[in-house]
Amino acid sequence: MTVDQLIDWFPISATWPGLTFLLAVLICAVPVFLFIAVYALVVIYGELKISSFMQDKVGPMGQGVGLHAWRWGLLQPIADALKLILKEDIIPAAADKKLFILAPFIVFIGAFIAFSALPFSQTLIIADMNIGVFYILAVSSLGVIGLIMAGWSSNNKWSLYGAMRSAAQIISYEIPVALSIIAVIMLTSTMSMQGIIQYQSGLIWGFLPNWLIFNNPFTFVAFFIFFISGIAECNRTPFDIPEAESELVAGAFTEYSGMRYAFFFLSEYANMFVVAGVAATAFLGGWQSPIPGLFNSPAWGLWWFMSKTMFLIFVMIWFRWTFPRLRVDQLMSVCWKGFTPIALVNIFGVGIWYLTLG
Amino acid sequence: MPDFAFGLIVAITLGSAFMVVQGKQLLYSAIALLFTFFGVAGLYIFMWADFMAAVQIVIYIGGILVLLIFGIMLTNKITSVNISHTSLQRGAGVLVALSVLSFLVVMIGRTPWLEKTALEPAQTVDGIGTLLMMKYLLPFEVASLLLLGALIGAAMLSRNVD
Repeated sequence: MTVDQLIDWFPISATWPGLTFLLAVLICAVPVFLFIAVYALVVIYGELKISSFMQDKVGPMGQGVGLHAWRWGLLQPIADALKLILKEDIIPAAADKKLFILAPFIVFIGAFIAFSALPFSQTLIIADMNIGVFYILAVSSLGVIGLIMAGWSSNNKWSLYGAMRSAAQIISYEIPVALSIIAVIMLTSTMSMQGIIQYQSGLIWGFLPNWLIFNNPFTFVAFFIFFISGIAECNRTPFDIPEAESELVAGAFTEYSGMRYAFFFLSEYANMFVVAGVAATAFLGGWQSPIPGLFNSPAWGLWWFMSKTMFLIFVMIWFRWTFPRLRVDQLMSVCWKGFTPIALVNIFGVGIWYLTLG
Repeated sequence: MPDFAFGLIVAITLGSAFMVVQGKQLLYSAIALLFTFFGVAGLYIFMWADFMAAVQIVIYIGGILVLLIFGIMLTNKITSVNISHTSLQRGAGVLVALSVLSFLVVMIGRTPWLEKTALEPAQTVDGIGTLLMMKYLLPFEVASLLLLGALIGAAMLSRNVD
């Protein structure tokens, strides 16, 4: 399903080309937005419950008068969302109003347009671009600008420091992310998301699915570099010093409330999905079934992609309650002195592996 | 349909470029530049140059623009919102702008433009890679050496030598 196909399908496209173009774009965009919203509700509930269980608590169980869930506090994310929508929208008097309003949208757009290249199944992808992976890496840099705008326009030194740290962290960790993806591109010799997944069909070593994580030792390492750097790009614990609640009063979003804050929140969860989705696509076979040849229909493909992605998101939540936060200098030295050299050696190693054994 | 999208992207590019030049606040100009760069990336896509478009976003938005905004924010007091830039020497400026414009018009008229193919090419990246690795290997390596030198220089300068 692409925008072009939709436009051809509309009967009025000859007379109102502009209108049909906008309609087709909307038809593609609205389901993605709804998907992000519903997925965020599910993951927020998951995060509340998983973190509670990890601390030997029960988590949310009831939502107050009139909002009693059937059981297990299932309505908690809906109550949270309602609260965020109903909250007063405060713009600080000293803030730069225009940029303050624009910033959450820029951050959200950066996360949102990456979804157009994610292959949910064999057939379900908005646009299977030639440069799919590279496109996702590219548009994720939009979020940085939004964060800086948010921090600067709030006119608050903690916001600004948080934004600067976030931006420095995201820019730094983009490098190991890109370098570990290059190892994948070298093997698959394509940047199209569907092409990368198709490369990973069949068996390897006779019993393992031919996913790139199993392909050779270098891609195995590349997966971990990608995933950990991806977590750092999402500003999640253990890499969440930019928005450390106890030190920096929640970073760039300090002055935001209500729906604008919700957009930052939403884009953070959307970014988690994008990172997990790219990791699942590039290293874990995307929509390929773990038993090659079995359960490979498009519907199963959606199931496999979603289960791999959601598993990786579960691991991110798991990390949050397992590892202590890194200090800001440790964060940078891990990136520049640890991951970047390893990722560079990886590229070299994949090249030699490809030439000698591939 | 493509005409409509093309018009929209051209409007965004030119409109935001005008705001970059016309803006009274430096930071607003920098933010408007974001939309200009994005629009130019869109124009690349119309020429089937999707790789160039992504490179445009990575380098100009993810790199240069972030650096620019960092520069603006760090060189002024963080609380001062009014960083204005005004035009000086308007007469000379108009002269330079007009001569550049006339030069561009002449060039646009004389250049033998390549016709855009109607169909999307199957591979848009392979050609660039082959050319960079075969025909233009030396310029490519020289450019990377230059960047490496700049990188080492930046690291040297920012280092605290006791």
